Formats: sequence, C-alpha cells, structure tokens
Amino acid sequence: MTTAAPDTSTERGVAVHLQDLTRTYGATRALDGLDLSIEPGELVALLGPSGCGKTTALRILAGLDVATSGQVLVGGRDLTRVPANKRDMGMVFQAYSLFPHLTVADNVAFGLRLRRTSTSARRARALEMLELVGLGQHASRYAAELSGGQQQRVALARALAIEPSVLLLDEPLSALDAKVRVQLRDEIRRIQLEVGTTTLFVTHDQEEALAVADRVGVMNAGRLEQIAPPVDLYERPATPFVAEFVGLHNKVAATVSGGTATVLGASVPVIDGSITSGAGVAMVRPESVSVSASPTGTASVVSVGFLGPISRVHVQTEAGDALMAQLPSALAVGLAPQDRVDVSIAGTPVLVVAG
Amino acid sequence: MSLPARIGRGIALTLFAIYFALPLLSMLDFSTRAKGGAEGRTGEAWANLFQDEDLRNAIIMSLLLALFTAVAMVVLLVPTMIWVRLRVPGATRVIEFLCLLPLTIPAIVIVVGIANVYSWVTYLLGDSALTLTFAYVVLVLPYAYRSIDTALSAIDVRTLAEAARSLGAGWTRVIVTVVLPNIAQGVLGAAFVAVALVLGEYVFASLLHFDTLPVEIALLGKSDASTSVAASLASLVFVSVLLIGLSFLHRNRRSSS
Repeated sequence: MTTAAPDTSTERGVAVHLQDLTRTYGATRALDGLDLSIEPGELVALLGPSGCGKTTALRILAGLDVATSGQVLVGGRDLTRVPANKRDMGMVFQAYSLFPHLTVADNVAFGLRLRRTSTSARRARALEMLELVGLGQHASRYAAELSGGQQQRVALARALAIEPSVLLLDEPLSALDAKVRVQLRDEIRRIQLEVGTTTLFVTHDQEEALAVADRVGVMNAGRLEQIAPPVDLYERPATPFVAEFVGLHNKVAATVSGGTATVLGASVPVIDGSITSGAGVAMVRPESVSVSASPTGTASVVSVGFLGPISRVHVQTEAGDALMAQLPSALAVGLAPQDRVDVSIAGTPVLVVAG
Repeated sequence: MSLPARIGRGIALTLFAIYFALPLLSMLDFSTRAKGGAEGRTGEAWANLFQDEDLRNAIIMSLLLALFTAVAMVVLLVPTMIWVRLRVPGATRVIEFLCLLPLTIPAIVIVVGIANVYSWVTYLLGDSALTLTFAYVVLVLPYAYRSIDTALSAIDVRTLAEAARSLGAGWTRVIVTVVLPNIAQGVLGAAFVAVALVLGEYVFASLLHFDTLPVEIALLGKSDASTSVAASLASLVFVSVLLIGLSFLHRNRRSSS
C-alpha cells in the first residue's frame, strides 16, 4: 500500500511537476498546456475565476480526473496513469465529505485501516491528528453533530493522517462563513508548516491565496498567467488579467516615456511588462489614489462607501476617468456626492498596458 | 396541539383503525368458528396452515421466493445504481426508464408475453416455482428503484467516493464500506417492499401454473373457506408488520439526522 510514497514523504514534502497538461471536455479546453512546479514542502495556491481550470488541475494531480495529454510527476515518479487510490495524496474537498456512518475518530483512521495499521496505532494516530486540528475532544462524535468549520478540520486531519506525499485543498473554505474562513485559513497554514507536506491549495478568493501561500499562481483560460510570491504578485503583476484579479484596479489614461509614466499629472515608475513608450492605460490600485476636498478640484465625488477602518470613494474626473480611491475613513469624513475634490496618486510603480 | 385538533386527530385515527382492523377481526372470527354451524371455537383452520401439506409447501415456497427475489434485486440493482451515479451519470435516465417500465405494463400483458419464455425456463431449469424469481425481480424493480434512489440522493455519493478513493480505497471498498452503510435503510426498505409484493402476487404465479401461497389460498377458498381465510390473515399480518417496521425505519432515520 505504501509503494506510491517515496521515502522522503514522511519527512519533508516531495516535488510536484505538472508538465504540459491539457484537458478537453468535448469542445471546451479546461486546461491548455499547464506547466506547474511545486518545490518540496511548498504551499502553492492556484487562484482564478471559476472555469479557469484550477480545480481540473488539482483533480488531475489527485487522479480523480485524467489529463488528455501531459504528465504528472511526484517525487520524480510518473503518476500520470496511476489510479487515485494508489497515489497517496490527502485531499480536502469543498463539499463536506466526512463519512456520515463513522465517528470523527473512525473517519480520521479510515485511510490507516486501508493500510492495515494496527488498531491501537490507528487510534493513537487519529487522536494525534485531531489534537493537531484542535478537535481532540470530539473524537467520538458524528459528522452531523459538528459545525461546518469543525467538519473541514476533521477532513484535514483525515487527509493528513495517512502522511500523504502531497496535500490537496480544493476550495476547502468556500462553504464556511467569513469569520471561520479566516481562522481556519491561518490554521491550515500553521499546520502545513508544521508537517511540511507539499501542498496545492485551489481557491477563487485572492485574499485567501495571498494570505496562506508561498507562491500564488494566477490561472486564466487553462493556463498559468503568472506564478510568484504573494508580495511580488501584488506589487508587480505581469499581465492586466493578474493586475485586475488581485486588486480591483482603476484604469487610467497614461503616457510612458523613459521608464516613467505620467498619470493624472503625476510621474510614476512603470514595472516590467509595461509598454515602453507612448499612450496607454495605467492600472492603479485604489489605495494609491487619494482625494481631498477642494472647491477648485478637477473631479467630483460620485459615491462614498464606508467599510469601517477604510472607506472607498468613487470619483469622476473632468477628463472622464472613473476612479475608486481607498483611504482611511478619517480622511473620507465629510465627503459627500457632488463635492469637488483633488485627485492625486502615490508614486508606487504601476503597470501600463497598450490602450 | 389544541384540544379540538387533538379530538379531530383522535376521531380520524379511530375511524382508520376500525376501517383497517374490522376486516382483520372478522377474518379471525370466521377462521376460528366451529364448523357446521355448531357453537364454540376451533383452531382447526390455523392448524391446517402447518398440517395441510400443499398449503405448507406453498407457504415455504412463497417465503423462499420472497427471500430470493429480495436478495437478487439487491445484488442486481444496488451496485448498478451506485455505479451509474459515480461513473456514468449520463445513463441515469435510461436506467430510471427501464426500472419504471414494469409499472406501466399490466401484469396480464407481461404474463402472456413471458409465458413462452417460461416454457424454455422450465425446460432448462426444471419446473420449480423458484424460477418465478426472474419475473418477480422485474416486477419489484420500480418500487426498489425509488427506495434506493431516494437513499442515494440523500448523500453526496460522488464526494464521499472521491474522499475514500484519495485515502486509498479501491472501487469495491468504496461501494461496500462507504456507500452501502449510508444507504442501508433505503436498501432494507426496497427489500421489505419486494417481500410484501412477492407474498401477494397472484397473476404471474397462477397463469404460469406455479403453486405459491396466493394461488393456494385462492384454490382453498373453493373447498375449505376457513383455512383459506386463516392463511390470508396470516399473510396480511406478516406483510403489515413488515411495512409498519419499514415506516419505523424511516422515522428513526429522520430523528437521528
């Protein structure tokens, strides 16, 4: 039963390579030549809109779906044709997936029972895993008696109990409410660092991806648009798609020359991947835009959204650009629709693409 | 519940109990009445259930048929339905149509149709009434399908199966250790309904000339009414207990989830 697990799996994680994966369903291409490498012990998040192929990629890695072409390599072994039950991967699903007829402890021990682990070792391992996810006291309950967040914790414990070579998380937090989602997200990261298992985390929530991952891969139409550490991805998006997906971007007319762009009268540096000269469109973050009330301002407030610590102000410039500014609520106090304001942007580097 | 509602419910239940129990009590009365207009009670008709050889054989035959039909139905239908759900969801409509088909065709039409087939079945497998199992499996399909389908719809078969597979379970294990325990009540319900149907089936058995309990009861009705009624009552009570048991099964499931 352990043949699928290379020796290194119990220590730190193993490397995963998806090579040129293509998956077609009839005429639609869910994956279109996806290449993805995950370092041993790394947590990579795949981020993208629904239908971008991120879940298909994960399911192919799990063996629950079959690639039309391409290869799956885990720890140097070619698993492309190996069935799911021989792949030795732990998976947490978006839908609640605990076996309803088994107790929490028996759920966690399920994979060990298949591996013919002795009853006492199974029991001990199950309790150890339940302690790891903070549910040691619920071992004898049934899934129906647990909250959604608790069920997903048990599912995580169950996936980790078999000491998988790779941990696969398929939108594990989507069904939970906001507060639990943030808690569990941080906990998943803590546990992943503790056990050191190579992990692929699929999500459509950019905040989630940026918060937990070593690297975030943004997918679009069956391909990786960009894969980079969260900070790099956020500050230096490689394509307009990535820029828009990770941060609600304003699109403002700009002209580029000599490595700087002129945007709303200010001079800002441009990042790699921008056009080198001429007129284009700058992608500007809401938090880089500031507004201040001024009777002689060149823009007018359209609406103000109060979000607690921050506020979002939508403005319309005389030049015709619609912008959203995100600023501390203290600075937005007193702004009302129709007010005249001055708009300026901070000097952080921007991506400028051909208009 | 308010008082008028409670009274209303009491009246309704009483009326129903009378409607349901009165014929049964009359049957009990008739079957234990002394023969030839004499006063007093006799257990003769009931003793006949065990002493009359033809009747006893018919009872055993019907119980065996019920058992075989239920088992064959479970073995045939459960893996098929699970497999269709997991691997070929596109075939769901076809399977449903095939399973419900027997409901739309009158029994008499089926009998006339399969009479020729049965001359071959008898030729190949002997003339035991147990060969009726084949026809009865088809007959119970619509009811069994509904029961199992409902049980399967109540759980997320696909995700549970995928979770079990990622943990190392092969397909057989997925079906036996994960899906089956979670649809056990539906399967049991299907088996109960199969038993009830087989114990009451007359048209097939009679026209194909097999001696099952209903056929024997009808035959006895012409010569020994008391014994015939005793056998009918026994069969009715047996099936009622089975079906009441089934409804308790459903109630338990609801309260535990």
